[in-house]
Amino acid sequence: MEDVAIIGVGLHPFGRFGTKSAIEMGAEAIRMALADAGAEWKDVQFAFGGSYEVDNPDAVVSLLGATGIPFMDVYNGCATAGTALELTADTIRMGKYDIGVAVGMDKHLPGAFTGDPVHYAAPSWYGENGQFLTTKFFAMKIHRYMYDHGISHETLAKVAAKNFRNGALNPKAYRRNPMSEEQILGSRMLNYPLTQYMFCSPDEGAAAVIMCKASIAHRFTSTPIYMKANALRTRRYGAYEVHSSWASVEPEVASTVHASKAAYEMAGIGPEDVDVAQLQDTDAGAEIIHMAENGLCQDGDQEKMVADGATEIGGRLPINTDGGLIANGEPIGASGIRQIHELVLQLRGQAGDRQIPGSPRVGYAQLYGAPGTAGVSIVTT
Amino acid sequence: MQSVPFAPDVFTWPSDQPQLIGSRCAGCAATTFPMQSSCPRCGSVEMERRLLPRRGTLWAWTTQEFLPKAPYAGGETEATFKPYGVGVVQLGDEVKVEARLTTADPDVLKFGGEVELTIFPFRMDGDTEVVSFAFKPV
Repeated sequence: MEDVAIIGVGLHPFGRFGTKSAIEMGAEAIRMALADAGAEWKDVQFAFGGSYEVDNPDAVVSLLGATGIPFMDVYNGCATAGTALELTADTIRMGKYDIGVAVGMDKHLPGAFTGDPVHYAAPSWYGENGQFLTTKFFAMKIHRYMYDHGISHETLAKVAAKNFRNGALNPKAYRRNPMSEEQILGSRMLNYPLTQYMFCSPDEGAAAVIMCKASIAHRFTSTPIYMKANALRTRRYGAYEVHSSWASVEPEVASTVHASKAAYEMAGIGPEDVDVAQLQDTDAGAEIIHMAENGLCQDGDQEKMVADGATEIGGRLPINTDGGLIANGEPIGASGIRQIHELVLQLRGQAGDRQIPGSPRVGYAQLYGAPGTAGVSIVTT
Repeated sequence: MQSVPFAPDVFTWPSDQPQLIGSRCAGCAATTFPMQSSCPRCGSVEMERRLLPRRGTLWAWTTQEFLPKAPYAGGETEATFKPYGVGVVQLGDEVKVEARLTTADPDVLKFGGEVELTIFPFRMDGDTEVVSFAFKPV
């Protein structure tokens, strides 16, 4: 199997951009990634494009040059970008092509996501009855987790405040104003115990990453970052996941746990080796739970870790150094490629004001979303 | 006044002792709510209708404090919307079900607290009262 190198990353800012289309943002992200790689569009042999709102992300070829390449469109909920990353890397791993791009783009309306529950194998009354809300799921999950593992409301606020602080250092973030823990705790309660500023919000943006066969990476860059592992997993029987109208009595862990184990195994490293992580912080509680589900701490350790600043940019395990979803919002197709963009900058030492100290070697990215689908990627120098 | 369930085959109605209608796999005994035609554990298509216990314990809970977008069909407006509770209720040793709760008061809702199924007026469709199900702290 071929090793895979990341040679270029590009990120269209996340936020609100008026009438600018997601396709235009996607094309810009790809141009930025090509420039970063020192490559040209005609060098790209294939692509995977992810989006929720755009039916055909492949339409970006109209703006970049209709070279006729195979361009496959994917959608997998909040793990859409993980899917595009995995398929792009796997296509190179199996030797089918040498250079490809994974791109994600989206442009969502404001407010919580909705849809038709029937498409999630849930009954249609689940929506009519007011249960088809991702925010409610995340609130229920962290609330039970707080009860089981002694996590405080203040820790939720500390995590959100950290991500806003990190976002303020990121010129491409959506929310760039630091917010105090008091403001976060005092904002409107949406789903107990989660307040308005503990949640991310859907927005707009695009991101792209250029990958190639590792043996030719030197043609483009002296600092390749290697895509060591990608693993996507769906829910198992009985787990309480997004849009579940029921769960089994016997407990089952979330899909993230299984994706994480598979990714560590594929990469040949363990959680103790991770220097910087980007975790799905749909809300502050999700970041806390995902720390443990990804093996980065034991259940309950988060209370002290967050209090001690362990997950800050200068801490021993920096998490969501670019502000995560809380500061960047979530254009679904692009969100996980934003995570890789940030990890690549951090491992190259190019993250500017938010650069973590030392010489980080291992970056970890995790996505989680409806209807219980998780995607993990591990990158190394 | 006529009162009709908001969807068929979700709970027994009319009834003095309404029960949720689930299904159980004839092969592996996995229990689901609502009914489904095949088993989520073993894939068998031999699913039997099963009435679930009326009482259970609150495994997890939250509140819904903003008006959901469509397909929510409660009929409220921003002005009339009142927060409701949502919980995951463990029914005996059979299954955990997600349901609305009759209160959104954090001082009333307790992990492990006992709750009972109740049918409540959900909205009016003309002269017809549409009813839904919720669990009420006992």
